[in-house]
Amino acid sequence: MVDESTKKTLSSIPLLQTKAGPRDKELWVNRLKEEYQALIKYVQNNKAADNDWFRLESDKTGTKWFGKCWYVHNLLKYEFDLEFDIPVTYPTTAPELALPGLDGKTAKMYRGGKICLTDHFKPLWARNVPRFGIAHAMALGLGPWLAVEIPELIERGVITYQEKSEEAK
Amino acid sequence: MSTVAELQKKVKELEAQLAAVQGNAGPVRQKIDVMSSEVVDSNPYSRLMALKRMGIVNNYEKIREMSVAVVGVGGVGSVTAEMLTRCGIGKLILFDYDKVELANMNRLFFQPHQAGLSKVDAAAATLQNINPDVAIDAYNYNITTVDNFQKFCDTIRTGSLTGGPVDIVLSCVDNFEARMAINTACNELNQKWFESGVSENAVSGHIQFIVPGETACFACAPPLVVASKIDEKTLKREGVCAASLPTTMGIVAGFLVQNTLKYLLEFGTVSHYLGYSALTDFFPTMGLKPNPQCDDRFCRARQTEYKARPVVELATEVTEDLTPVHADNEWGISLVDENIPEEEDTSNLKLVDGVQVAYSVPVDSSTPESSTGGAVAASELSLEELMQQMKSM
Ligand SMILES: [Zn+2]
Repeated sequence: MVDESTKKTLSSIPLLQTKAGPRDKELWVNRLKEEYQALIKYVQNNKAADNDWFRLESDKTGTKWFGKCWYVHNLLKYEFDLEFDIPVTYPTTAPELALPGLDGKTAKMYRGGKICLTDHFKPLWARNVPRFGIAHAMALGLGPWLAVEIPELIERGVITYQEKSEEAK
Repeated sequence: MSTVAELQKKVKELEAQLAAVQGNAGPVRQKIDVMSSEVVDSNPYSRLMALKRMGIVNNYEKIREMSVAVVGVGGVGSVTAEMLTRCGIGKLILFDYDKVELANMNRLFFQPHQAGLSKVDAAAATLQNINPDVAIDAYNYNITTVDNFQKFCDTIRTGSLTGGPVDIVLSCVDNFEARMAINTACNELNQKWFESGVSENAVSGHIQFIVPGETACFACAPPLVVASKIDEKTLKREGVCAASLPTTMGIVAGFLVQNTLKYLLEFGTVSHYLGYSALTDFFPTMGLKPNPQCDDRFCRARQTEYKARPVVELATEVTEDLTPVHADNEWGISLVDENIPEEEDTSNLKLVDGVQVAYSVPVDSSTPESSTGGAVAASELSLEELMQQMKSM
């Protein structure tokens, strides 16, 4: 099953309550507030544990999300753009997290740079509808994915370290 | 000065033209107004119309009035669309948002010179060339996003040759999210559809006929899987997401179109669920009743409507299929095993041996996974303030 550290991370993220998707108008606004609260708490937890690894923001409708995630390997920080849409069937189905910059560079991705999730993700998500939100998808999906794939991509020379350029904030 | 939107439109037109040019290298046949059963080498429909002479299908030419939506034009969907095109279907509506890639060439239908074109444009060009009698509409977008989902629903609702709902929707997508989106749309629209799928290890597949309210919808139970007799613990997933074989995809497409033809032209028996295990050549079939506690409220509403309708002969047929194909249970699989806790309510599912749910979902969903983080409390802050707080972290 899911490893202990992921379990621990997961359990420290607040659970959501409102079962609403982007077509649910007002209830969706409640859900979005919960999403942001859980995300804020998760980032605070990460900072406290000296493991700050992503930033996310959404458009006004809360259906388009974008941001950055990073991974430290041999003391070098590798940064990636992150994006996803909230599907109409959310939160019954999880968002499909994508790293478009790595599209085509690894077999552990679907089209458009959507990351390939482990067999544990879907059952765990399904059992936790509607309590799991975007923060949980990050912790359970993207976190472990980066930990496995990025070192491998670096070793294969597919991604190389880049000094921060001026345009990066 | 052209706007971005104008330029995008122009690019789209040119891409469609390019796809058409690349597909139309040779001579093109003229359109045929009426299907003839005359057996001459110039009649593309003679062998199909022979089905009528042989008494298999009563009214084959009715296929010309039929409209079918194919969602997902990949390994299964493209072959499905080609079969329907060759059968002389009246109208095809194709949905996909992917491009043809060289990595797709282990599958049927697409050709290397089409790499880079949108799958729907490339497919439409090839299909139109094979049979100019078929009306083909192509939509290049992802149906799971909010805006596109509405367009998708509207197209299903008004896309037939006569401006009404299509006769059947065929799901040939490769992911859970898109299947759920189709399920949501079809429950809301009361639209009959077929779900199809090939497992990520490429050695099993299935089709499922979904009549909202009458048979189980895709949300009525966790996804069903055909036992592949491979120990999941030995299945190596390192380094790859999914495998695919043209054989399995072709077989599933064949099952899908065969049952679609049976449904549209009213011959034979339409399978409610038909599975396929490639390693053992095992084909389980069964009926599937809807779950009264289904998560989809439109599914529950359709069930109520269905129960209120007077019982017709057709409705009783469903239970006939429940006899296990392999009564001796050679699979050694019972529903109560380690993967499926006893609290799981699968009683209504009555799965045939060799088919199981991919995972279980507790009936009582009020007990969360252990969490020390608690639940989010109602926030004093507005959404805008929370967005700002997140942004300034
Ligand atoms: Zn249902």
